[in-house]
Amino acid sequence: MRNPIADKVKDIQPSGIRKFFDIVSEMDDVVSLGVGEPDFDTPWHIRDEGIYSLEKGRTFYTSNSGLRELRVEICKYLKRRCHVEYNPDKETLITVGGSEAIDLAMRVMLNPGDEVLIPQPSFVSYLPCAVLADGVPKIIELKAENEFRLTKEELLEAITDKTKLLVLPFPNNPTGAVMRREDLEAIAEVIIEKDIFVLSDEIYSELTYDVEHVSIASLPGMKERTITMNGFSKAYAMTGWRLGYACGPQEIIHQMTKIHQFAIMCAPTNSQYAAVEALRNGDADVLEMRNAYNGRRRYLMHAFKEMGLPCFEPFGAFYVFPCIKEFGMTSEEFAEKLLAEERVAVVPGSAFGACGEGYLRISYAYSLEDLRIALERLRRFVKRLKAI
Amino acid sequence: MRDQILTFIEKNSRVDLGELAVLLGSDEVTVANEISRMEQEQVICGYHTMIDWDKTGAEKVTALIEVRVTPQRGQGFDSIAERIYNYPEVKSVYLISGAYDLMVILEGKTLREVSGFVSDKLSTLDSVLSTATHFILKKYKDHGTIFAKKNKDERMLVTL
Repeated sequence: MRNPIADKVKDIQPSGIRKFFDIVSEMDDVVSLGVGEPDFDTPWHIRDEGIYSLEKGRTFYTSNSGLRELRVEICKYLKRRCHVEYNPDKETLITVGGSEAIDLAMRVMLNPGDEVLIPQPSFVSYLPCAVLADGVPKIIELKAENEFRLTKEELLEAITDKTKLLVLPFPNNPTGAVMRREDLEAIAEVIIEKDIFVLSDEIYSELTYDVEHVSIASLPGMKERTITMNGFSKAYAMTGWRLGYACGPQEIIHQMTKIHQFAIMCAPTNSQYAAVEALRNGDADVLEMRNAYNGRRRYLMHAFKEMGLPCFEPFGAFYVFPCIKEFGMTSEEFAEKLLAEERVAVVPGSAFGACGEGYLRISYAYSLEDLRIALERLRRFVKRLKAI
Repeated sequence: MRDQILTFIEKNSRVDLGELAVLLGSDEVTVANEISRMEQEQVICGYHTMIDWDKTGAEKVTALIEVRVTPQRGQGFDSIAERIYNYPEVKSVYLISGAYDLMVILEGKTLREVSGFVSDKLSTLDSVLSTATHFILKKYKDHGTIFAKKNKDERMLVTL
């Protein structure tokens, strides 16, 4: 029989820590710090709207680009929170999670051989999406001494004649790093001068602490070369609703909508109705969750300091990224040992790119009670290692 | 700072002060001082424990009593409210807008005890015009705390 699998697909490497995940899922009594989604339930009034939409029999497709009502609310929201104005009819597409927007943007923008710059450590989807879109991923290794922010120099060094697109994943999963306004201004200059585009993944935009989130599209000259993608998963604790969106230049969004129409049809209708409620009346919920995350973030930073585990202070998302290089183990070895000896699950930094080696991603999307237990075990573990 | 402390200790007054200080990005002395100032100013009026009495052997009956009263000249509802809240078995007294005036929450050991209080003590007060007693059958949620079993974390253990 002929090989049913396309070479392009076969060559994509599965996530290197699949094995580790399998071990974790088979163990009982594991305290996990490995989750990449909020611990909060979706606020009740939002769930209620979802239920209501079902009761009312709103069980049909919406338009391909999504409910107009929701697109209007998204544009109002982006103007209010991110200071960028988009047209709800021509510059907005509602997608199945932010992930679909990443996939669509790559497929729409890349010709075979076009290079995509992907700063790492970062979310695992960018690279395979670039490859599937016939692009050539080029990794920029972010550095701990820059607190994992992308610098102008790093960007300049990575750009070639073939560079078309830069992925900008901030606030960052897994490092928690955020780009300040001045950081963005510095790279925007390069982006405009070199005539490349930006896919700005701002899914964690509502989760920044003590600092303001800045959308790169709000900088002069950047809106016309940026696709801003965001969604409801992290801000409103709506991961399972699978709802995100992309906003950007009309010609790009138009083409993304075309593929979305053929591949997906439309995002889930009842999720869209729930999302309208989230944007209209969800500010207080976001604030409450942000405050809770911020407290836990401080709590974790404090605990690491006490343990003597070096960690830069992250101001975004819900992760901290401590360094474990001093123990002479790889991230994966450390994580496996921690799991075996103390039954605490964390994600090795290397899962997010080679330059994440020597770090751990620790999530604080957990209640304080859970964090307390997990940190106590981690403390014990680190103490033992340090005594050797 | 005050708001943040209050928001937190409203849900958990037993929090370790050092830990609370870390959570709020402050230090323990500042937080402790702020709390004792709020206690002096009676912003913080007391600390209670949420108990699900159903899970204990204790027999308890809680009743909500709607009370219609005649307000008194110069004192409005205050003096009749005081007359009622001084009974130790009365847990709460609220002045209410609408069809009746005072909402009285009463806790007793038995139905008989509660009805005895209503007929002997409450109804016989001069300014009380009428009462309507509702017995609580089950408490699902009280002071923002849900009494039902806690939901298990159903998230996958590790996601990227």
